[in-house]
Amino acid sequence: MTDASNAIIEVRALTNRFGDFVVHEELDLDIRRGEILGVVGGSGTGKSVLLRSIVGLKRPDGGTVRVFGEDLQRLTPAHRTRLERRFGVLFQRGALFTSLNLQENVALPLIEHVGLSRPDAERIARVKLALTGLPPSSAGLRPDALSGGMVKRAALARALALDPEVLFLDEPTAGLDPIGAAAFDRLLTTLRDALGFSVFLVTHDLDTLYSCCDRVAVIADRRVLAADTLEVVASIDDPWVRDYFHGPRGRAAADAARPRMGPSREER
Amino acid sequence: MPDTASRPGMLEQEAHRLRAVGDWTLPHYARLRSDVIRVHEARTIDLERLGDLDTAGAALLVDLLGPDTTREIAEASHRLTRERRAMLIAVADAMRVSLLPPPTPRTTPLTALAGLGLAVERLGRQQLTLLGFIGLTLSRLLGNLLRPWRWRFTSLVAHMQQTGLNAIPIVALLTFLVGAVVAFLGATVLRDFGATVYTVNLVAYSFLREFGVLLAAILLAGRTASAFTAQIGSMKANEELDALRAQGLDPMEMLVLPRVLAMMISLPILALIGMLSGMFGGALVCSLALDIPITQFLTILQRDIPLRHFLVGLGKAPLFAFVIAVIGCLEGMKAGASAQSVGEHTTSSVVQSIFMVILFDALAALFFLEMGW
Repeated sequence: MTDASNAIIEVRALTNRFGDFVVHEELDLDIRRGEILGVVGGSGTGKSVLLRSIVGLKRPDGGTVRVFGEDLQRLTPAHRTRLERRFGVLFQRGALFTSLNLQENVALPLIEHVGLSRPDAERIARVKLALTGLPPSSAGLRPDALSGGMVKRAALARALALDPEVLFLDEPTAGLDPIGAAAFDRLLTTLRDALGFSVFLVTHDLDTLYSCCDRVAVIADRRVLAADTLEVVASIDDPWVRDYFHGPRGRAAADAARPRMGPSREER
Repeated sequence: MPDTASRPGMLEQEAHRLRAVGDWTLPHYARLRSDVIRVHEARTIDLERLGDLDTAGAALLVDLLGPDTTREIAEASHRLTRERRAMLIAVADAMRVSLLPPPTPRTTPLTALAGLGLAVERLGRQQLTLLGFIGLTLSRLLGNLLRPWRWRFTSLVAHMQQTGLNAIPIVALLTFLVGAVVAFLGATVLRDFGATVYTVNLVAYSFLREFGVLLAAILLAGRTASAFTAQIGSMKANEELDALRAQGLDPMEMLVLPRVLAMMISLPILALIGMLSGMFGGALVCSLALDIPITQFLTILQRDIPLRHFLVGLGKAPLFAFVIAVIGCLEGMKAGASAQSVGEHTTSSVVQSIFMVILFDALAALFFLEMGW
């Protein structure tokens, strides 16, 4: 790997299986510092499983996951917790704690991990909520009083609580209306530019891929088919990739993104 | 990351000139915040010797300087890296809105009184809802009685296994132990009168009339009412009830009736098992500690105890079963989408159903006493 020094997460020969069903086999993937890596693949190809194996929620059945240069499986629990604090995870359905209001949701890791006093932690929490574009009045609301878009924003604020170096997002724009989804994409790139974290973004949303991903990894046949810039990945000769990027929705998303992307594919 | 590893962040003040020094990061937040509060307000700051900076530190700088000044400093300062400038501007813009904590309601004697009133009103409404739900269940039950093709046997049998069959060991064990305890108590008290042989009557009366059915009902209230509430509550949180209604299916018929019927069939059987097992516990104590052999126990039982005690006890079982199942299902239907709400309603369903069982048992005891049964 030419970019080995730049990779903050290296997945090597990862194997995952559920019973006889093999999800990943000898899967390799790098996440580089400061990039937004989009991970795409058909339903059931194990995108979320890959995310869970990297953040340590699922023990891989083979292979290694090196995070910040260290093998997660070999660390002591205490050391591992310290590493995992540098992750922020946004789950598919938000997974906000329903018994806490929004500012308490965001303040919880600050109180537990950093040991801040409650007023200090809640003050920082309100800054994070404001950073993700939520109105100040939302701080006292419970998650069940929120719309889908607000839940995603609040979950993002919680994922950002400890200023993580890597952010894992599992389908952040799923279930949002197109306007909300586009706003979330903009928010993500703005925050990435401002806070400088890397992003591992599992998504189905072609617009998200075009508008904010630096690289795209395609998962198919139990491994990573390709991980490169969108143009390179989209030109791969594979039936799934062809259907995905050059189907009606793929073309629409590419057209929508073209003015921003400069020279388009036809010129090559 | 700079190689000057972790210098604690500080705010230095030299002749009206402020200087941010060291790492302005989360671990140093508490200290930095007290510094910032002491300085209160500033027009400018020197960021030359600033180490690491994260959003918490940036928020402190904005607290100190205000959003506009921070923005100006960030834009004018060429020594800051591009990322750091972007972060300061993003945080400054986010903090333009008021970040005061949302107002917390204060409690005065008047609000406490209002709270009490609300609680009483809620209690009243709860009873009304329960009555309404009982009526609804009964009308569906009668409506379906004459239409056997709409009976849901599979669901009914599955619930009978969960609420009835699977509860047999715990009901048997518990009543056995209580039976032994009652026999011991009776023996101790009756010995003074030389009437230890009446221990048999005590055990038989108490278990046939009260304890068999009461213990089984309380166990099922804890074991099954809670399960019903949690099942239906999480179904509701997952919008499954709405999905049933949208497909033109009736949740009352699909979910509530099988549970209520399963309970009404299971509880009398469990009550019978409870009576037998409790009397067996009593008989064992009698034969081991009081020299009343089992055969004599059985003879006394057959000679002295009329059948009506058994019928009085067992007759209460379907009523208890109905109340427990209806409360369990209703609380599930009332639950909201959060984990907290499902928990609250599960607690409430257990408390309510045990309360109702004991209340009805007391009323029934009075009634049977007056009737001379």
